[in-house]
Amino acid sequence: MADIVLFKQYDIRSDQRLSEVNINEVRRYSGMRDDSLDGVIDECVKEAMPVLSYKVSYMRTMIDWESGYPLFLGVGYKSENLRTNLKGCDEVIIFAATVGIGIDRLISKYSHVSESKALFMQALGAERVESLCDLFNSEMNELVSAEGKYLRPRFSPGYGDLPISVQKDFVTVLDCPRRLGINLNDSFLMSPSKSVTAIIGITDRENCDINNYDKESCVHCGKTDCEYRK
Amino acid sequence: MSDIREYLKNHLLYLDGGMGSLLQERGLKPGELPERWNRDNPEAIIDIQKMYYDAGSNVVLSNTFGANILKFEPDELNDLVCRAIDNANEAKKRSEGKQEKFVALDIGPMGKLLEPYGDMPFDRAVEVYKSTIECGVKHGGIDLIFIETMNDSLDTKAALLAAKESTDLPVFVSNAYGDDGKLMTGATPQAMIAMLEGMHADAIGANCSLGPAQLKGVVDEYIKYASVPVLLKPNAGLPHTENGKTVYDVYPEEFSDLMYDFMAGGVRIAGGCCGTTPDYIRAVVEKTLPKNDEFVKNNPVTDKNISMVSSYTHAVTFGKSPVLIGERINPTGKKRFKEALRENDIDYILGEGLRQQECGAHILDVNVGLPEIDEPAMLLKVMKELQAVSDLPLQIDTTDPVAMEGALRAYNGKAMINSVNGKKVVMDEIFPLVAKYGGLVVALTLDEDGIPDSADRRVEIAENIIKEAAKYGIQKKDIIFDTLAMTISADTTAALATLEALNRIHKDLGCLTSLGVSNVSFGLPGREYVTATFFTLALENGLSAAIMNPFSKEMMKSYYTFRALHNLDENCGDYINFATSYIAELEAMQAAAKSSDTGVAEKKDVAGSGGDFKSPLQRAIVKGLREQAAQITKEMLDAGAVPLELVNDEVIPALDIVGQGFEKKTMYLPQLLMSAESAQYAFEQIKKKLAENPGETVSRSKFVIATVHGDIHDIGKNIVKLIFENYGFEVYDMGKDVPPEVIVDKTVEVHAPLVGLSALMTTTVPAMEETIKQLREKAPWAKVLVGGAVMTQEYSDQIGADFYGKDAMASVRYAIAYEESLKG
Repeated sequence: MADIVLFKQYDIRSDQRLSEVNINEVRRYSGMRDDSLDGVIDECVKEAMPVLSYKVSYMRTMIDWESGYPLFLGVGYKSENLRTNLKGCDEVIIFAATVGIGIDRLISKYSHVSESKALFMQALGAERVESLCDLFNSEMNELVSAEGKYLRPRFSPGYGDLPISVQKDFVTVLDCPRRLGINLNDSFLMSPSKSVTAIIGITDRENCDINNYDKESCVHCGKTDCEYRK
Repeated sequence: MSDIREYLKNHLLYLDGGMGSLLQERGLKPGELPERWNRDNPEAIIDIQKMYYDAGSNVVLSNTFGANILKFEPDELNDLVCRAIDNANEAKKRSEGKQEKFVALDIGPMGKLLEPYGDMPFDRAVEVYKSTIECGVKHGGIDLIFIETMNDSLDTKAALLAAKESTDLPVFVSNAYGDDGKLMTGATPQAMIAMLEGMHADAIGANCSLGPAQLKGVVDEYIKYASVPVLLKPNAGLPHTENGKTVYDVYPEEFSDLMYDFMAGGVRIAGGCCGTTPDYIRAVVEKTLPKNDEFVKNNPVTDKNISMVSSYTHAVTFGKSPVLIGERINPTGKKRFKEALRENDIDYILGEGLRQQECGAHILDVNVGLPEIDEPAMLLKVMKELQAVSDLPLQIDTTDPVAMEGALRAYNGKAMINSVNGKKVVMDEIFPLVAKYGGLVVALTLDEDGIPDSADRRVEIAENIIKEAAKYGIQKKDIIFDTLAMTISADTTAALATLEALNRIHKDLGCLTSLGVSNVSFGLPGREYVTATFFTLALENGLSAAIMNPFSKEMMKSYYTFRALHNLDENCGDYINFATSYIAELEAMQAAAKSSDTGVAEKKDVAGSGGDFKSPLQRAIVKGLREQAAQITKEMLDAGAVPLELVNDEVIPALDIVGQGFEKKTMYLPQLLMSAESAQYAFEQIKKKLAENPGETVSRSKFVIATVHGDIHDIGKNIVKLIFENYGFEVYDMGKDVPPEVIVDKTVEVHAPLVGLSALMTTTVPAMEETIKQLREKAPWAKVLVGGAVMTQEYSDQIGADFYGKDAMASVRYAIAYEESLKG
C-alpha cells in the first residue's frame, strides 16, 4: 500500500467496536460520573446510530530523516514531539477517519432545543470516532505484525507542537473531500466535526507497549490539570 | 455542430473516462495539481483526450476538475482554463473519430463545505464557481458545462446557479453517491432530481464513488423520477492494491456489459470515472451504439409529471397521500411568536418547527412577516437555521418579493413557494423566481377583483394562472392551487364554493390543490371540530395538501382516518400507531383528572418529604423534568401566581440547589443542563404570561457572548448562555467563529456590562486576545469573562481578561457578584 491512498468503509456489523457503543466513554466525555442519565444516553444512541457512517482513508509512506526531523509526502515536520513519537520509525501510516455529518446535524438540532442532549450527542460522536480509530489501528497493527513490525501510538495534528495546520496536507493527500466528505475551514478544523487525522509510526523495534497507548497520547498535551489525564 | 440537447433527442451520448490515473502513468506526482499540466505538459493532456475521442466519446471534459479560485490566482486560473479548453479542442481536431464531438467545461467540487456545517457562505460559493465558468465562457470553444462529483446538495446548487447566471449553454450535473445510495451530506437521488430539474439542468445523473453494479439503486431512482436525460459515469469498480499499484476490480468487458444493461433500461449518457480508460469507453460504444435506435425508442425522454419538493435529504411527492404543511411558524395572532421575532429568539421558532415535525408535519410553512422587522434578513436567517436542524422541506411564505428571492436562492433543495395569485403584478414578480430557482408554487384563486364568490370564477382564474406560468416555462405540475377557505360564520355558502372550485381544479384541470383549512372556522366556538370536518370534505374533493396545525388532534384524526379509508395506509399501520398512542394519552389524562385531589396531596407530600424540595416546581426543575416544570408553572400562573415572584421564589432557588450540587460534584454537567432546560420550560410559561401584560420584565444585566473568531466549537458557549438566561440575564448570543469587531459593536450597541468569550483551541486564543484588546478600546466599561477547554487562569491573565470561568456556574456567580457590586 506504499504511497497509494486506500479507502475503507466499515459495515457496522463487522466489529463489536462499531456495533456497540461504549457507554462508559460517552459518560466520561460528557462529564457524567454515574448511570443516572443512561436512559437519556440510550435515546441519543438510538437516534444517532442510523445516521452514522464509518469511513477511513489512509496511506503508508516512507519517512526521510535526512534533516533530523521526519519528512514524508514531501513535507518536513519541524516538531519535537512528532520527532520523539516517530523515533526509530522508517515508515508512517497517515489516515483520516470520520463518522459523517449526521451527528453534527443532531448536535446542531439539540443545541437549540436541549443542551443536555447536545452534550450527549457530542460525547457520543467523540466515542464513535475514537472507536473507529481504535478499530483501524488494530487492523493496521495486525498488518505490520505480520511483517514483524510494530506501531507507535497515533499522533494527531494539534498534539504538542505539531500545528493543526498540517491537517491541510493530510486532507489533500488523502483525497478527503471526495472520499470521506471531510473539508477544512479556514482555521483548519474539520467538518464533519467528528473526524480525526493522525500519524502512526511503524518501527522494527518493540519500543512501545500497545496497552499504554492512551497514556502516551497524553504525554504531549500541555493541559496538565486535565481530569482525564492518564 | 448541433446543440447537444438536440443531439440527445435521438442519440445515446458517450462521455470520456478517467483522467487521474492516466496522468500519473505519464508522470504526474502525488500532490501535483493536474490543471497545471494544461500549461506545462499539454501534449500529455491532448494525447489522453484524443484517445477518448478515438474510442468513441462524443464529449470530452476539459482538464479543469480542480481549477478554481481557491487553488489558483485569478491570472493563472484564467490561463489554465483557456489552455485546458484549447487542449480539448486540439484533441477533437486531431481525432479521426467520425462521431459528433463536443467539448465540455469540467467543474468539480471546490473542496470546501458550505455553511452551516462548513465555513463557506453560499453566495461566496456561487462566486467561486462563477470565476471558473466565466473564464471558460469568455474564452469560448465549449459546448456545455459539466458539473460533476458533487457530494453535497447545496454545493451542487451553488455550481448550477453559477452556470445558469453565466451562460445559456447546456449544463449537465452529476453527483457522487455513497454505497448507502445518498450524497455525503444525506441527499437521496430523488431529492437531487427535484432540485436540479427545478433549476433546469439539461441532464443529470451519477458519477465516481462506486462501480456500475453498486450504483444500480441510484440509477433506478433516476430512471424512475427524472424527466431529463440521465447520465452515468461510474468508477471501474472498487480500488485495491497489487504490487504497489492501484487496481480496479471491474475490467472493460464486465464494465461494458453492466453499462449495456443500464442503457437498455434508460440511461441516455454514459462514460467512466476513476480507473476507467479509453478501452472501457470503446467497449461500451461497441456494445451499445448498434442499439442506438432501439434504446432511444424504448426509453424516450418524457416528463414524468411528478410534483415534488425537497430538502437536503429527501423529496416529498404530491398527488397520492395528502401532504401536511405545518402552519405554526407564523406570527399572525400569536403574541409569544411576535415577541420571539422582535427579540431574535431563534430557538423558540426552531422549537415550534421541530415540534410540528414530531407531530407529523411533512413540510413547514415559514412566515416571519412583522411590520417592524427586517423581513428579508429574518426570513433568510430563520430558513437557514431551520435547515440546520430539521430535514423537512420548507414552504417560503412571504408577500415581499425581495425576501422571497433571498430565501429561495439560499434554500437547500426545491422549496414550496407561498404564494402567487391571479394578479398580473404578482405573477410578474413571482414567476421569474419560480422559473429561476425552481419550486412548487401555491397559487391563490383571486385576482385584481378580489376573491370571487363563485366556483366558476375561481376555476377561470386558475386557468389564467396556468397560461401565464407557461410563458415562463413553469409547468402545471409545479403549481398547486389554493381555492381559498373563507369562514362560514360570515357566509354559510363559503365552504361549498371553495370545495366545488377545489373539485373542479382537481378533476377538470388535473392540478394539485391546497388549502389553509383553519380559516373556515374563524369566529365559531370549538373551531377544531369544524376545521377537521372541512379538512375531511376537502380531502374527499381531491385536496393534495393542507396548511394546518399539526398540534390539533382533531386534524390528525381526520388525516389518519382518511388515509386508512382511502387505501393509502398499508395494513392501517399509521392509523393504528396514531390511535393507540392517542387513546393512551386520553386515558392518562382521564386518570389524572380523576385523582386530581389526591394529586395535590401528593405534590404537598413531595414538598414535605425529607425537606429536599420546597415545592413541586422546585423538584421538577432539580430533577430535570421539563414537561412537568412547564405544567406546574402554568397551573400556578393560572391559579394567580405573580410571574416575577415565581422566578425569585421558585425557579432561582431551584437553580441554586443544582448549582451547589454541581460545585460540590454531587451533580454533573448533564444534570445541570437538564435542570437548566426545565427552568427554561418554566420560563417559557412565564414569558407567555408576561407577553399578555407588557412592561414587566425578569431581566438582569445584558451579557454578550460569543465563540471567538476561527473557532467553531460552541457547546461550552451554549451551556454558559443557557445558565445565564436561567439566572435572568439578557443574553446576546453572537454565535461561533465571530470576528472581534462584531462582538465589540454589539457590546457598544447594547452597552453590555458583561462580555463572555469562549475558545476551545490554543490556536484561537490570539483571536480572544485581539477581541479583548478591541473591547478595552471601544467598550472600556465591559467586564470580560473567558472560558473554554484550553483556558487557564494563567492564559486568562496573560490576555488581560477580567475573569476566568472554569465552568458555567463559576461564571454566573461572578456575574451576579459584579452586578451586585454595581448596585452596592
